[in-house]
Amino acid sequence: MIRILIWFSLLLHGSCLFASDLEVGRGKGFSTLQSAVDKAKPGDRILVYPGTYEAINLKIEKPLTIEGKDWPVLDAKGKDDGIAILCSDVTVKGLVIKNTNRGSLKDYAGIRVFKASNIVISGNQLINAFFGIYLSDARNVHVTNNKLKGEAPDQSSSGNGIHLWQCANSVITGNHITGHRDGIYFEFARHGFIEKNVSEKNHRYGLHFMFSDSNIFHNNQFVKNGTGVAVMYSTQIQMLHNDFAENWGGSAYGILLKDIKDSHIRGNRFEKNTTAMYVEGSSRVKVDSNRFVSNGWAVKLLASCQQDTFTCNNFIANTFDISTNGTLYMNYFQQNYWEKYDGYDLNRDRNGDVPHRPVSLYSLMVEKMPFMIFLLRSFIIDLLDTSERNVPSLIPENIVDVTPRMKELELND
Amino acid sequence: MLKITKYVVYDILRSKVLILYTAFLGIASMALFNLETDPAKAIISLLSIVMIILPLVSIVFSTTYFYNAYEFMELLVSQPLQRRTIILAQYMGIGLCLVLAYVIGVGIPMLLFAPGEVSVILLFAGIMLTLSFTAFAFLASVLTRDKARGIGVSLLLWFYLAILYDAILIGILYAFNDYPLEKVVIGLAACNPIDLARIMVLLKLDISALMGYTGAVFQEIFGNGLGIAMGFVVLTLWVLLPLWLSVRIFRRKNI
Repeated sequence: MIRILIWFSLLLHGSCLFASDLEVGRGKGFSTLQSAVDKAKPGDRILVYPGTYEAINLKIEKPLTIEGKDWPVLDAKGKDDGIAILCSDVTVKGLVIKNTNRGSLKDYAGIRVFKASNIVISGNQLINAFFGIYLSDARNVHVTNNKLKGEAPDQSSSGNGIHLWQCANSVITGNHITGHRDGIYFEFARHGFIEKNVSEKNHRYGLHFMFSDSNIFHNNQFVKNGTGVAVMYSTQIQMLHNDFAENWGGSAYGILLKDIKDSHIRGNRFEKNTTAMYVEGSSRVKVDSNRFVSNGWAVKLLASCQQDTFTCNNFIANTFDISTNGTLYMNYFQQNYWEKYDGYDLNRDRNGDVPHRPVSLYSLMVEKMPFMIFLLRSFIIDLLDTSERNVPSLIPENIVDVTPRMKELELND
Repeated sequence: MLKITKYVVYDILRSKVLILYTAFLGIASMALFNLETDPAKAIISLLSIVMIILPLVSIVFSTTYFYNAYEFMELLVSQPLQRRTIILAQYMGIGLCLVLAYVIGVGIPMLLFAPGEVSVILLFAGIMLTLSFTAFAFLASVLTRDKARGIGVSLLLWFYLAILYDAILIGILYAFNDYPLEKVVIGLAACNPIDLARIMVLLKLDISALMGYTGAVFQEIFGNGLGIAMGFVVLTLWVLLPLWLSVRIFRRKNI
């Protein structure tokens, strides 16, 4: 009798330890995903075979792995969320999630994670979702290699691609996000690692965050978004080797920094933006080894910034290199390469002997009177700029690079 | 008419001035493209040549040629030929030579070293400016019989359009900067062929910066290909208007 009891308890225990596979699909064990989820025990794996399934606010309240084979489609039919993950240790892989509801009262999402940790969301496609992947109060979430494609026509009717609210230690890598309002949106999300994502052609920002400290952004691409990238009210941000390109428009910025402190921006490429970098109220931001190429304005650094340092950047073929709005200035420029620099280097230390003043008189005029842009490259403007540069009287005297580089810096790292 | 044009072309080609001009343009553009690592930067330098030197040479050369060929023209007038034919044939001859010099000196190196939209626009803008300033030269020449005064008028015209006009524009913009001036600026720019040509090249060259200007008018006019097309129409007007005026004056003139 005792032996039987031991066997029985072992069997019970074993069913937890050795998770079983539940199969969903035509001619498989389950015909709907919901029934499989209901039946599954914690730790089970649910394999979903090709087909279209209804997933209207499908709640997952036990640790499961849901894995799609050859892209099964989960359709929310415009009624509610797609999948809602409400417990820890859940993995969702290889699914196509479609057609969530839209609304202004509730943020409907393709995959919602709420108060959970150790979640993996990987290799899914989210098509025509209002919000794509929505994480709130989540810890240790891995969002990797997903494709998100929003189909809302404009900013007001679309939601964010990957949305984080009050999260920590999130890893977001290799995702492709397009057609959403903000590609990646963070609020109160800390210690995140965001790598190799492509966020393009979103209606508003490619990346947008606020109050999200200590995040690392690495090798991402933010291209052709409605108004570029905006990051605000955060400290200890690291942005390394990202691409910010082709953000055009009066209020479009390659990257807009507002109240960012103690951060590091290094090795990024800014190309063909109307304004590559707009910096407001930020202090102790280190900007080094970046390439600013063919932008309208490479850097707009407002007078509300303090102790930002720009070192070893390349400024090439920008219409304006630096523009500002005030005269009191406590930011530093050192050892940058300015294509517009026309000095010389007699002692051969690779730094020019004459200081370079990157703010031109004309850029100040345009700052005050935007329609002056029509006189760009006019002879008289060049004349004014040259004379002002030689005898500065109107341009802020302390915006100066004392050691401008003679040659373009090699930035391969 | 073609006969006279042919004669004018032969006559100009025989003089060394035009060859020198072609050589100057050729050397300048080759030097720029070889010295600058980035072709876009060379185009920016070429732009200032096209905006300043090109009009100057066109207007001075044409005026001088017009006065030097005055006796020939008197001879032609005594023949059974319409005066309009005579002056238009002269214009076509001179214009053709100057355009040829520009295309050989600047156009070919530019299209070789930096093929692209910007180069094509700059090429056409330069051709239109050459034709326009040749027409201005004719206008200045038919206004007065005295060669020195004619050249003086041409130089003044050039100085006004190439340099002074923008300075006055800055003054006006500064003085009225509280008012919404976006339409006014576009209108004023269209009143000067050099400004117009410059803005058209900028639309391709500095589009990133120009897109920063939020004026709705600007987006409408220059946001698409329509702006370039309109620019060329207005530039053509800047060729036809002075030409038409000079033909009109020349026909009634007492030679």
